[in-house]
Amino acid sequence: MNINDVISTRAASIPPSGIRKFFDIVSEMKDAISLGVGEPDFVTPWHIRESGIYSLEKGSTHYSSNTGVLELRQEISKYLTRKFDIEYDPTNQIIVTVGGSEAIDIAMRAVINPGDEVLIPEPSFVCYKPCTVLAGGVPVPITTTAEDNFKLTPEALKAAITPKTKLLVLPYPNNPTGGVMEKEDLEKIAAILRETNIVVLSDEIYAELTYGHKHVSIASLPGMYERTVIISGFSKAYAMTGWRLGYVTGPKELISVMLKIHQYAIMCAPTTSQYAAIDALRNGDEDIDYMREEYDNRRRLVIKSFNEMGLDCFEATGAFYVFPSIKSTGMTSQDFCEKLLKDQKVAVVPGDAFGDSGEGHIRASYCYSIKNLTTALERIDRFINK
Amino acid sequence: MALSEKILKILDDNCKMTPKQIASMLGSDEDTVAKTIADLEDKGILLGYNAMINWDKTDSDKVTALIDLRVTPQRGEGFDKVAERIYKYPQVRSVYLTSGGYDLMVIIEGSDMKSIALFVAETLSTMEHVISTTTHFVLKKYKDHGVVFENDEVDDRQVITL
Repeated sequence: MNINDVISTRAASIPPSGIRKFFDIVSEMKDAISLGVGEPDFVTPWHIRESGIYSLEKGSTHYSSNTGVLELRQEISKYLTRKFDIEYDPTNQIIVTVGGSEAIDIAMRAVINPGDEVLIPEPSFVCYKPCTVLAGGVPVPITTTAEDNFKLTPEALKAAITPKTKLLVLPYPNNPTGGVMEKEDLEKIAAILRETNIVVLSDEIYAELTYGHKHVSIASLPGMYERTVIISGFSKAYAMTGWRLGYVTGPKELISVMLKIHQYAIMCAPTTSQYAAIDALRNGDEDIDYMREEYDNRRRLVIKSFNEMGLDCFEATGAFYVFPSIKSTGMTSQDFCEKLLKDQKVAVVPGDAFGDSGEGHIRASYCYSIKNLTTALERIDRFINK
Repeated sequence: MALSEKILKILDDNCKMTPKQIASMLGSDEDTVAKTIADLEDKGILLGYNAMINWDKTDSDKVTALIDLRVTPQRGEGFDKVAERIYKYPQVRSVYLTSGGYDLMVIIEGSDMKSIALFVAETLSTMEHVISTTTHFVLKKYKDHGVVFENDEVDDRQVITL
């Protein structure tokens, strides 16, 4: 048999990551300083880890309910009300998932019919496009630009909507740009969507990491609750990436469809992680405040340094990334990153990894100690100004 | 939070930060930060910049002891006079007034155990108003001033994740 003939054409149609070559070079270079990771440098706060350990000691090692431990869903519900003023019923509007990633996947599969168009503002996280394709949908990228602070503008949204549009992905605070959508920005988007049947998939995994302003969920705006699905999780806010725990909330009709997919594909999220997460929500507000303040200090330092060395860097006020422009160097993102790595042993991510509109930029994460950041920034400065 | 308090938090964590770095981190300018630091020093808020040293990794045989003292407070002066008499000795690193079963906690550093034992026996316990002493020699420092001494937590993140 020819093994290539058995591969699903849909799965085969997903292009491999365009920066695979760059990854290969990075992974061979052991002594590089990296500003390349998309996860906190903090270890999960000890009280949260201890709650996970305690649940193991007690023998809580079985499946939980498909939707997740009820206590956890209740805490998620309280948390969303406390922080963002939105109400979700823990019994039928919340599913605990394996990271935000699973939540994105089941949300898309729950609403997309063959040929449905999914609007994806770019640059953005890499999974929206492939998940759309795997669900049978058609990804429609919307370019956002540094001039607009990488916000989704009402004009760009209007221009992209067709009768086939089913879903709008709203990836803010944004990875990789650090861009945010504040309340007045969201109002303009909501005004357009209210007239349509478009569902919003609001990926709010970085909601806790905004600087100088509070995150607002589009679901809290009038007329948006019934058409919005919120994706969130514990990875970024509580430094819990390896625990693989997220959740999805939304209208109960959509949640019940997602639950079917989740139930057959996943069964339930890891129980240990769920017990740790209960502690995170009950006793973790101070941890978030502490980490946010640390990130904020680093953020200012990094933005200032990039601008001073001549790489224009817009004032990112969300997540833990900056997305400076490297257009002044005349290099492509890939070239820049490869040469920087070879020349100065600093790893950053080429902007085009996050969509074509990311070309001409690099993503640098500030999930590193000040010492590490300072050294890396000095080397980047040397690289472009030598 | 006031700027001075933010500066103190950063210095508390790492006093090697320069005013320029601190200014970038806090969105302020170098002059303002330098002036604020000078002001904090003048006011006696910022009293010093100590290094965290793991002496166990050096050839030094330095010994540390924590000594709990019970003291009769004096009329009009409470514990202050006795505390002052104790902290004037250079080998005394810290003196705290504490609640609980003891009154003063004294931290002493010496070149060896014997010198500390002698200081306690001859100087502290014979001091007027000192009722009793309990000496605890430090055998190992696990964590001090928020710093774990033998930290085996490594950054095991992948070089790049999206």
